[in-house]
Amino acid sequence: MKNNKVIQVEGLTKIFGDFAAVNAITFEVNKGEIFGFLGANGAGKTTAMKMLIGISTPTSGKANVAGFDVHKHAEDIKKNIGYMSQKFALYDDLTVKENITFFGGIYGLSRKRIKEKSAVLIEELGLEKVANKLVGALPLGWKQKLSFSVALLHEPKIVFLDEPTGGVDPITRRQFWEMIYKAASEGTTVFVTTHYMDEAEYCDRVSIMVNGKIEALDTPKRLKEKFKVDHMNDVFLKLARG
Amino acid sequence: MLPIIFVLPIVQLVILSNAATFEVKNIKFGYIDNDHTSTSRALIEKFNASTYFNVLTDFSSERLASSEMLKGHVDVILEIPQYFERDFQKEKHSNLGVTINAIDGAAAGVENVYVTQIIQRFNQNIKIDVFQVSDKQIQPISIETIPLFWYNKTLNYKTFMVPGILVLLVTMITLFLSGMNIVREKEIGTLEQINVTPIKKSQFIIGKLFPFWVIGMGLLTVGLTLAKLIFNVPMIGSLPLLYLYTSIYILVILGIGLFISNFTDTQQQAMFIAWFFTVIFILMSGLFTPIESMPKWAQTITEFNPIKYFVEVMRMVMLKGANLSDITPMLIKTTLYAFIMNGLAVRSYKKTN
Repeated sequence: MKNNKVIQVEGLTKIFGDFAAVNAITFEVNKGEIFGFLGANGAGKTTAMKMLIGISTPTSGKANVAGFDVHKHAEDIKKNIGYMSQKFALYDDLTVKENITFFGGIYGLSRKRIKEKSAVLIEELGLEKVANKLVGALPLGWKQKLSFSVALLHEPKIVFLDEPTGGVDPITRRQFWEMIYKAASEGTTVFVTTHYMDEAEYCDRVSIMVNGKIEALDTPKRLKEKFKVDHMNDVFLKLARG
Repeated sequence: MLPIIFVLPIVQLVILSNAATFEVKNIKFGYIDNDHTSTSRALIEKFNASTYFNVLTDFSSERLASSEMLKGHVDVILEIPQYFERDFQKEKHSNLGVTINAIDGAAAGVENVYVTQIIQRFNQNIKIDVFQVSDKQIQPISIETIPLFWYNKTLNYKTFMVPGILVLLVTMITLFLSGMNIVREKEIGTLEQINVTPIKKSQFIIGKLFPFWVIGMGLLTVGLTLAKLIFNVPMIGSLPLLYLYTSIYILVILGIGLFISNFTDTQQQAMFIAWFFTVIFILMSGLFTPIESMPKWAQTITEFNPIKYFVEVMRMVMLKGANLSDITPMLIKTTLYAFIMNGLAVRSYKKTN
C-alpha cells in the first residue's frame, strides 16, 4: 500500500446499458479518515460504493481498496472491509448473539474471539436484555447500531456505511456518530454516505456526487468557504441544483 | 415453518395414497333389455353380481340411455336386442350392443375389459347349457390363463402408490425450500451482506444445502414409517440402501433448487420455475403413467428426470428387494446429476455482478 491511502480511485465508471451511473470518478481516502460520500438520490453513490466493496464489477477505471485491486482481488478486499447497507441486513430470524456468532464465523474469527467480542459488543450497546431475542423484534435504531458493530467485528481496515442513520431518531443518530468517531480514532477508515447535511459537517472530508460525477471534494470548512455559504446544506443545494 | 414442512406432506401422503388409485370401480351401469327373456335377465344378473358395477338402471329406450350418458349419469350401457335368446339358441349366434363413455380413455379401456369378461363367462356357461352333452365335439377349447402377480401379489394399489407419492413429497418440499431460499435472501437484502464477506462460494452453497438435506432425510423417515404403519407397505429391500440413494438424490433436487434461486430475482419467479419443473418431472416420472407407453422422444426426456430414477429405485428396493448392484445404474446417473447440478449452482452464484 502506498503511503497511507486506503482507497485510491481513478476514472471509475459503471455503465448500465447506455446510462453512466458512475462517470469516471477519481478520489483518494486516507487512513483513519471519516470520508463523507454525498449526493442526491440516484446520483450514483450506492453504485460507486458497490464497486469499491467488490460486489459490482466496474465497467472501466481503476480502484484500489485496502491495498487490493477491485478487478482482480475483490475477495481479498472483502476480508479487509466491513459493510453496512442502507437496508438492514442482519438475519431477522436469528437472535442478537446468533447474528454476531454467524458473521464472526464467516470472517474466520475463532470461537473464543467471537465469545469475547460479542460480550463486549453487547455490553457497549446495552443489549444485555435482548441478547437472546430475535433481531427482527428490535427497534430500528438498535438494529442499526448492532449492524454497525457487526460490520466492525473483524476489525476491518475500512468500514463502508450506506446511509446508516436513515430513519433513526436524533438521539440514536448522535450515538451512532459517537460510534463512528470511536472507530475512526482506533484507526478504522470510515466511508459513509448520508443525506443529512449536519452529519456531513462531522466528516473530515466530503465529496459531493451529481449525476454520476464528483463535483466537489474537500473538507466541509473549505467547501463552505468556496461556495460562500454557512452550512453544508447550501453547498449541497448549490451543487445538486446545478 | 418446520411443523408446516412436516405436517402438510403427511396429510398429503395419507390422502393421496388412498385417493390416487387407478382401479376402475363403481362403474355406473345401465341396460336396455329389449328381449325380456330368462337369458337376457341372466346376463344382467351377471353384471349385477360384479363388484365393479353398481347403480343398475333399466332404460326403456336407447334415446333415454344416451341422454343419461350425456349427463354423466351412466358410464356403460348394455343393449340387449329383441330375440336375443331365440337367435342364440337357433342360430348359435347373437349380438349385444355395448356403449362406453370414453372421455377418460384409460378407464373406458378397463371397463371394456370388464364387460367383455363378464359376457364371455356368461357365453361359456350358456353354451354348456344350450349344447348339452350331445354336442361334445363343438365344445369350445378354451385356453385359460392364470396370471401370477409378482411383487405385489394382491394387486394392492397402495403398495404401488405409496412409495411413489413419498418420492413426490420429498422432492417437492426440498425443491421448493431450496428454490425459494437464496432468492428470498436477495429480496430481504441479507445476500448482499453475505456477498461482501469473504465467504467462499462453495461454503455458501453447502451451508444452504445442508439444512434442506437434513429436512429431506427427515421427511423420508417420517414417510417410510407412515407407509409401514398406515398402509403396511412392505419393505423387502435394504433400508440403508434406500437411505444411501435418497441422500444423493436430495442433493440433485437441492442443486436444481439453488440453481433456480440463483437465476431469479423474486420468489414469484422462482416459484413459477420450480412449479414448471415439478409438473414435468412428476408427469414424466412413471409414477402415474408407465414410461414404456410414452412416445420415443418423451422417453428420451425422462432420462433427464431425477424423479424417474427415484421412483424406480424406491419401488425396486421396497417392493422387489433390489440390492446395490440392481440399482447401480440409477445410483451412478443420480450421482453424476448431483455433481452437475451442484456444480452449476456454485458456478451460477455470483458474489460480484
